[in-house]
Amino acid sequence: MKEHKGILVFAEQRAGKLSSVGLELLGIGRKIADKQQEELAAVLIGHKVGPLADELGEYGADKVYLADNPLLDVYRSDAYTILMQEVIQQYKPNILIMGATCIGADLAPRVAAKVNTGLSAHCVGFDIDDQGRFVGQVPGFGGAVMASVICPNHYPQMATARPGFFEKLERQKGRKAEVVKVDVKFKEEDLKIKVVGTFVEELKSRPLEDADIVVAGGYGVGGKENWKLVEELAGVLGAGVGATRPPCDEGWADLERQMIGQSGKTVRPTLYIGVGISGAMHHLVGIKNSKVVVAINKDPNAPIFQAADYGIVGDLCQIIPRLIEAMRVSS
Amino acid sequence: MKPINSVVCIKPVPDQRFWDKVSLDKKTKTLRRTGIPIALGPLDKNALEEALRIREASGGKVTAISMGPPGTEEILEWAIVLGADEAVLLTDRAFAGADTWATAYALAWGIKKLGGADVVFFGNESLDGSTGQVGPQVAEFLDMPHVTHVNKLDLVGEDALRARFHIEHGFIDVEVKRPVVIAVEKTINEPRCPTLWGTIWLRERKIIRWSADDVGADKAKIGLPGSPTQVSDVITIELKRKSEILSGEPSDVARLLVQKLQADSVLPKG
Repeated sequence: MKEHKGILVFAEQRAGKLSSVGLELLGIGRKIADKQQEELAAVLIGHKVGPLADELGEYGADKVYLADNPLLDVYRSDAYTILMQEVIQQYKPNILIMGATCIGADLAPRVAAKVNTGLSAHCVGFDIDDQGRFVGQVPGFGGAVMASVICPNHYPQMATARPGFFEKLERQKGRKAEVVKVDVKFKEEDLKIKVVGTFVEELKSRPLEDADIVVAGGYGVGGKENWKLVEELAGVLGAGVGATRPPCDEGWADLERQMIGQSGKTVRPTLYIGVGISGAMHHLVGIKNSKVVVAINKDPNAPIFQAADYGIVGDLCQIIPRLIEAMRVSS
Repeated sequence: MKPINSVVCIKPVPDQRFWDKVSLDKKTKTLRRTGIPIALGPLDKNALEEALRIREASGGKVTAISMGPPGTEEILEWAIVLGADEAVLLTDRAFAGADTWATAYALAWGIKKLGGADVVFFGNESLDGSTGQVGPQVAEFLDMPHVTHVNKLDLVGEDALRARFHIEHGFIDVEVKRPVVIAVEKTINEPRCPTLWGTIWLRERKIIRWSADDVGADKAKIGLPGSPTQVSDVITIELKRKSEILSGEPSDVARLLVQKLQADSVLPKG
């Protein structure tokens, strides 16, 4: 009998809403659980978050460990680490996956050190090898190399997963998870971190990660005026607007909402159009899962053309207005 | 105000301008980095800057620490030129091949040997691996609380810090008693530039070198043997697609592209 069994995922919630990455983790976890014929459990930590457990069941969890307490209302690493440790000791999972969000990336390494196990970071793929070991695919050097990382002698085998990279399962209405309550044995005065304020912006528009079409611009767009052309093309297509880092640094685009790449967002649209983007690895890794990639650049040697399905070499001020016209005519 | 002693943990990373020269040894599955200069990571500069600002406000000492082969001294020299009081290099063959767990363990013992710290600073993530894992793990080994993704930091009261933890589309403000581990983001400050005085200062300073035995680290917990994770395979990524270049007059090319995209059913057919 294996002592460590089951796949556990961290179902991150902020302000009472499940983060999308938590559901993506259930998607990954379900596949592994079915393959290994093991159980899939989720940890849910917060205050008044009980109803979210049903949602986790509908997205694939067999079991939900629920820690619900006013002390857990807002994330803090010390409180959450204690509870993660508690659940790990109770459940003895074989595998633990967390999202590589700001909170997940803050919590996961602490938990790994606490329970004395290894952690592979920001994985973009997972597998079970022929010896039954959990393998995480970890990109490095801006995405130019990919390492397969294993943790052969420590449990749980831990990893964080890149948000937006994996698909969530279809929601199965009425699918139920068993809920296991986790007691909170500490008090406010036992914690070293005090929350003094929090702010989460309500998102008005659909996040870029969910866009079916993405039009992205790079430094080659050339300026704020030309950036409007990028936005106009996106408007015609009903697309989200993305960017590489330089346009964000220049103030044409917003770093947090629009930057695509290794240290930004991962998009997976059916159609991606890159304008004035040279095609550095850090950016390309973020668009890798696009179905069709189109590149428009005036430099015929720009590396993005190699990574594109269709390329147009030319001046964007000439091309984009024609493209907008052609798309209007066709639709 | 009580003086505050800070330790800034610095990671030697291959200079980003030379990343395309990183190649893969297909036999050993290791990366060839020979001839690629190492550099001080951009976020490490922010971490150092924040420590220097605290020293300016409260007095105390700033120590830079790193782990790596002897050549790593160069980046610690930079830390001294920028204003660190002292610098320590943990260097020993026994440290080689460490994952984040074993790296954090070694750094924690180095910091213990320094007599601890009031604040241990990290850049939120390194340029090459960008895992951001070592900070929280050092905190665990030193039994300190940690806050990462910090883009605002203030001293409060006699013995606490107020930190703004940046999360997706928002933030969490926390107060935490020292000693504490803080990992900073780029937006926290504008790192200073080196001065002539810094280079003169460097002449009077030596980089302290400590081996695994010097810091009293358990050999079973450092380097490759002490690392719970192992790299089982490394591949270079090719992101090649069919790369069909459409050429002609802009209006013809535009029409052609729309037809192709419709044929691929990624655009609705008119």
